[in-house]
Amino acid sequence: MAANPQEDLINVEVDGVAVKARKGAMIIHVTDAHGAYVPRFCYHDKLPVAANCRMCLVEVEKAPKPLPACATPVAEGMKIFTRSKAAIGAQKATMEFLLINHPLDCPICDQGGECELQDLALGFGRDIARFNERKRIVKDKDLGPLISTDMTRCIHCTRCVRFGQDIAGIQELGTTGRGENTEIGTYIEKSVEHELSGNIIDLCPVGALNSKPFRYQGRSWEMTQVSLVSPHDGMGTNLFGHVLRGKLKRVVPRANDAVNETWIADRDRFSYEAVNGEDRLTTPMLRTEAGWRVASWEEALLAAARGLKAAGPNLGVLVQPSATTEEAYLAARLARELGSNHIDHRLRQRDFRDASADPRAPELGRSLESVDGLSGLLVIGSHLRAELPLLAHRVRKAVTRAGARVAFLDAVPRDYLFPVAAQLAVTPSQWVAELAGVLAAVAEASGTPVAPQFAALVGATKISAAHRACAEALRNGTQRAVWLGALATRHSAYADLRALGAEIARMGGATFGVLAEGGNAAGAWLAGAVPHRQAAGVATTGGRDAQAMLAEPLRAYLTVGPIEAGDFADPALAHRAFAGAACVVALTPFVTDELRAQAHVLLPIATFAETSGTFVNLEGRFQSFTAAAKAPGETRPGWKVLRVLGNAVDAVGFDYQSSEDVRVELEQALVAAGIAAQFATSHGVAAAGSSATTDDVPMYAVDALVRRSPALQATLIARQGAQGAA
Amino acid sequence: MSAQEGVPTSDGQRFLPGDGPHVALLAAHTRHEIDGWIARFPAGRQRSATLSALRFVQEQNQGFLTEELMTAVAEYLRLPPIQVFEVASFYSMFETHRCGRHHVSVCTNISCWLNGAEEVLAHCERKLGIKVGESTPDGRIFLKKEEECLAACTGAPMMMVDHEFHEHLTAEKVDKILDDLK
Repeated sequence: MAANPQEDLINVEVDGVAVKARKGAMIIHVTDAHGAYVPRFCYHDKLPVAANCRMCLVEVEKAPKPLPACATPVAEGMKIFTRSKAAIGAQKATMEFLLINHPLDCPICDQGGECELQDLALGFGRDIARFNERKRIVKDKDLGPLISTDMTRCIHCTRCVRFGQDIAGIQELGTTGRGENTEIGTYIEKSVEHELSGNIIDLCPVGALNSKPFRYQGRSWEMTQVSLVSPHDGMGTNLFGHVLRGKLKRVVPRANDAVNETWIADRDRFSYEAVNGEDRLTTPMLRTEAGWRVASWEEALLAAARGLKAAGPNLGVLVQPSATTEEAYLAARLARELGSNHIDHRLRQRDFRDASADPRAPELGRSLESVDGLSGLLVIGSHLRAELPLLAHRVRKAVTRAGARVAFLDAVPRDYLFPVAAQLAVTPSQWVAELAGVLAAVAEASGTPVAPQFAALVGATKISAAHRACAEALRNGTQRAVWLGALATRHSAYADLRALGAEIARMGGATFGVLAEGGNAAGAWLAGAVPHRQAAGVATTGGRDAQAMLAEPLRAYLTVGPIEAGDFADPALAHRAFAGAACVVALTPFVTDELRAQAHVLLPIATFAETSGTFVNLEGRFQSFTAAAKAPGETRPGWKVLRVLGNAVDAVGFDYQSSEDVRVELEQALVAAGIAAQFATSHGVAAAGSSATTDDVPMYAVDALVRRSPALQATLIARQGAQGAA
Repeated sequence: MSAQEGVPTSDGQRFLPGDGPHVALLAAHTRHEIDGWIARFPAGRQRSATLSALRFVQEQNQGFLTEELMTAVAEYLRLPPIQVFEVASFYSMFETHRCGRHHVSVCTNISCWLNGAEEVLAHCERKLGIKVGESTPDGRIFLKKEEECLAACTGAPMMMVDHEFHEHLTAEKVDKILDDLK
């Protein structure tokens, strides 16, 4: 809109210093930008302005009364005083009112030490209370298994309410009653269910809303803060782990505007419970005639090496899609050193046709930040809110703030909490036919014929109004994208869906992306944890994919990461393959009866919070992290176990000193490689059979960590998901 | 007007009321009144009709709102139920608990107080056999708790009965007013 940004700048004065400010900016934006701190409770960068706490009152020349900095736009020549007698007086007066009803229970409050009210009371509060009446008491609300409440501490800033309205898209909390009786609560006794709702714990400036699993577990000043990256989806959500005496006590967001802004999903926040769970494997174990026994690392590694070496080219390696890039790289190298190309991380994928056209890694096709500015989007086979909650949030922003039009092809209509432009809700066996219809509609609208390999299928398609609606939504504006979600990647005709999706993107002038499952699918691809590509995309042949290596059982298997029945497209197939193998070596943080029945050697490896490593997200962003927590017992980082296992099988070049050495080696290979980043295919698309299907994996069943979080499993989402799957 | 067409809005567009499982609790005439209020606002601003909608629903239900009725209003106006509850719990003219069908509010603010409001209130309590804030067992009269100034100081002491003002109250006048409530 603004042709010349200079024209939009005006002159204001902050505490006597002349500064330029953007026209229409609020005073608090300007003071924040120039380091003049104004105290605030209700104002939050990512939320709409409410101006109801009145803590940010400042003095403005010629204004008769102090003005709220968060809700007063700057004007030419405005003189703002943030530290004048009038400003400080107003702020102190506000603080006195806020403290009237606030309990003095800081010593037993989990917020103590990281409390905005506590911090500001130190600067603006009186040391004596003049209020001698009764303080009010508010009944606590039951908001479900994730969020604890101490509502007497609430100062009614309404950040949690506005989070529901504006960020989550569903208002679950509200302000009821009035005056002295005002309370924050839900509608009659209801819990808070949205998959991002845990963020209100961080938003709450006082101790009213806190983490329920973390309640009374530690004081903020005793814990060490370590950077982590979420392993649950391809966002690469930035986290902080808070560690007390080596134990991961809680997980909170690490702000990164390019990735997760200030938010994290509930499963990022609460899956740490699994890290401290009861069923951690703490020592290497060996299966003997007499049953399982504890073994030394040396003994166990030698037994594992013997079994793997004996299998040689008859070895299958399965890598969990949230294993670190270093683990995936070493696992892939180990397999190939032993003469086997049977390695894969795509445990839930069924259709591996058209593998030769695979790009170097599954990618979103654009930056995460650019999703906010999308104008047209077609999402094929994705329960976006469950698969990538924070990407769904960015799409919601594109719709509600930038007017994007979004179309979905899915098995069932789902509630996205934003207006959907078009929705094709059809049984998975119809997806190929329906997508051909959308392609036909796109071709019709653009007036160009489809490529030859689609002609037969598209020619036989009748274009419906719904197809045209999808095509129209996608063609809106100039920022367009077509995405394939996890339901599509798990579909039995994935290759056809992918070819059609890419063609729709090409013809519709859209970027094309595949939202691969797992926290590090892109990293696993680049590291060579696929049968047909070595590290950095170097082509190779003869390897079996995850399905084939289970369908035609191999002599030995090596599993890396917590892989369980629920992680496979066909658990029965996996069970049969493992049961018939001469040797199964499992590198896993958890031990289960299932593993005890299937494996021969169990080697305890660290979770994402206890190892150093690198995750690559769906926009290709490499994010390395260091170990935050101390792994239990004899547990070792996965990369170290694989490195020593490499030595034990006499593999060449397994002399890495650190996970960094591993990453550097891969990065050098990546720089040298020139494989195509984009997907392009000549795959001949055929109509899918009536038995074509896909698997809908519930949000809190997606990996071994979330399945082990009692808090997440107690949510309504998990309970409904379990019903849906049953 | 059929449900398919929706309700015309002030900006010439249409709003299609929701039809959740509770909407059937709204009587046809109540829905008609609510539609009239939806029509006064632009499309997408149907939240502005909440206050009026609750007024008609409370009237339909003889003086108080229930959880089901508030849910019905939320469904009809396509709002999160909490937003309806916020309004219902904020305004003193809405009752969210069971109470008598006639609402009697005796003003006890300064002008009325100086002119004998306390005696008027005590008389009501004696006559009806209930305390302020309670309803008669037959569900006829609800003696509303603590009414503040209703801006009729020139007629003090006064009380409001079902949104109607009665001024210059005496014991006899109060008796007559209360006896006339059926």
